[in-house]
Amino acid sequence: MNANSNLERMLMIGGLILLAIFPLLAGKFYLQLFAKIMIMAIFAMSLDLLVGFTGLVSFGHAAFYGVGAYALWLASPKYAATSLYLSLPLAMAASAVAALVIGLLVLRSSGVYFIMVTLAFAQMFFYYVTGAKWLGGSDGVYIYVKPDAALFGWTPFSLENAASFYYLVLLALAATYLVLRLLAGSLFGHALRGIRGNEPRMRALGFATFGYKLAAFVVAGSLAGLAGYLDAAQYGFVTPDFFGWRLSGVVLMMVILGGMGTLYGPVLGAFALVLLQDSLSDATRHWLLPMGIFIILAVLLLPQGIGGLLRRREAEDG
Amino acid sequence: MADSFTFFLIQILNGVQEGLLLFLVASGLTLVFGIMGIINLAHGSFYMLGAYLAFALAAATGNLLVAIMLAIPLALAIGLALEFLLFRHLYRRDHLYQVLLTYGLILVFEESRSLVFGDDVHGVAIPRFLDFSIPLTANLSYPAYRLAMSAVCLLVAGAMWLLIAKTRLGMAIRAGATNREMVQSLGIDIAWVYRAVFALGVALAAFAGMIAAPVASVFPGMGNQILIISFVVVVIGGIGSIKGAFLGSLLIGLADTFGQVLVPQLAGMTVYVLMAAVLVWRPAGLFGSRAA
Repeated sequence: MNANSNLERMLMIGGLILLAIFPLLAGKFYLQLFAKIMIMAIFAMSLDLLVGFTGLVSFGHAAFYGVGAYALWLASPKYAATSLYLSLPLAMAASAVAALVIGLLVLRSSGVYFIMVTLAFAQMFFYYVTGAKWLGGSDGVYIYVKPDAALFGWTPFSLENAASFYYLVLLALAATYLVLRLLAGSLFGHALRGIRGNEPRMRALGFATFGYKLAAFVVAGSLAGLAGYLDAAQYGFVTPDFFGWRLSGVVLMMVILGGMGTLYGPVLGAFALVLLQDSLSDATRHWLLPMGIFIILAVLLLPQGIGGLLRRREAEDG
Repeated sequence: MADSFTFFLIQILNGVQEGLLLFLVASGLTLVFGIMGIINLAHGSFYMLGAYLAFALAAATGNLLVAIMLAIPLALAIGLALEFLLFRHLYRRDHLYQVLLTYGLILVFEESRSLVFGDDVHGVAIPRFLDFSIPLTANLSYPAYRLAMSAVCLLVAGAMWLLIAKTRLGMAIRAGATNREMVQSLGIDIAWVYRAVFALGVALAAFAGMIAAPVASVFPGMGNQILIISFVVVVIGGIGSIKGAFLGSLLIGLADTFGQVLVPQLAGMTVYVLMAAVLVWRPAGLFGSRAA
């Protein structure tokens, strides 16, 4: 356990330094690619709070990513910028509210029901937005101007600059990691792990487990909204696919392949999957085929994820 | 007056037909879960597989019925092969890994479909002897093929009930769902029971895709659409319950059809509202006995 947290600290600090100096070395394309990876890492960590810590396998986490993305579009005037400091909390709050309402319903079920119900509710968002003219329907919507970072007339940085945007995402990633790390170490985090281990026992101990699960669901939802918001801000293009089951599946994959229940695992998973996806899609239009085969083989051959490989190595060394 | 009543009747027929078709897919899903404890996201892909097999074989033979006769054994064989290669490794693993592997399988199926058939929408002709409409009133009529679909689905549902309630295999299936070790120690090869159930589930979903091909056409993403609705059916009916899947399917079929007629601006949402209501009222589904 101790060796594990040492390794994790080294990984995180080393990774942070590498990511921080990366813009000095890379061009715009790679800055955007790595910003996208970090956005997916935020998204994957938020899901890890549910899957890894609480034992709630949500297959509909994209719902809140989509809400965050559409919230930015709704907050943006057509050809002008919205304030970063206004629209970002707004998007996270919108996702939190969505997660509260959905959570009240889906948390009545558990186990395999929970997987199916979360998927179904995310699809409900997808179908609604696809048919809703006021949200652009199936064509999606464009955000022409990135959010504005001006503070009382002073503009510390412009998000139109790829490096500034990259650092904003890096900041969001570090903040998400810290918040979740603090949560995981708190009584709340221990209660969540207790629920994963044995929920009836936690209830018998006097924990109102439903409330804990709902709180975790809302926090995870609002962080997913943060990721969706950043994605929408980076590319300026939002479609109903933001809610789609494919995204929910990909992020679940990042969590599981990376190693769930650890926060660095989902980050590793995000890097591995986005880079794999990027190199495969350069090689072939049908990159989902090798991707699917890769996933199937990973399940059959790597029962504990990429993070599990690290842990196994440690166990062998120690 | 007579017309509006007939219009209502037509909607009911449509809803029942949609529900019965859905039952063929959902019953396999709920059986495979109830008996083997596997959540299979790729189940919708078998529906798609059936539709594309029907499309390809109907084009090759010029006859949908011949195509279906050829495609059913193919679907069974694919089911057996998938069980042997992939699914038997999942029986004792966490749902998480089942979700993951079957998600990977969806990607493989979708991309293979895209490679072989492309991404266009295809049509399949209705067999000539069923290609007519039955007049109901002076203005309204009902297509014979849809009636035939409903009848065939009812036959299949009846046959399934006979198989599970009245045969030795059915007995082994029911017993295997309750206590795997006991069945094995009584000398029944549970691995083959599982394999048979899985192949049956694949064949049912594929068959649904085949007979739906002429009315619903054949298009990318058709499998995932029906998969998610089947999940809703299973959640409403209760996991592992065939009876629940049957009533859940009919309920969803009718709710979806009437939703599209009565509140078209929210079309597609009605089934989820229904699911939310069931979750509030009976979280384990209408016929769910155990909490999963």
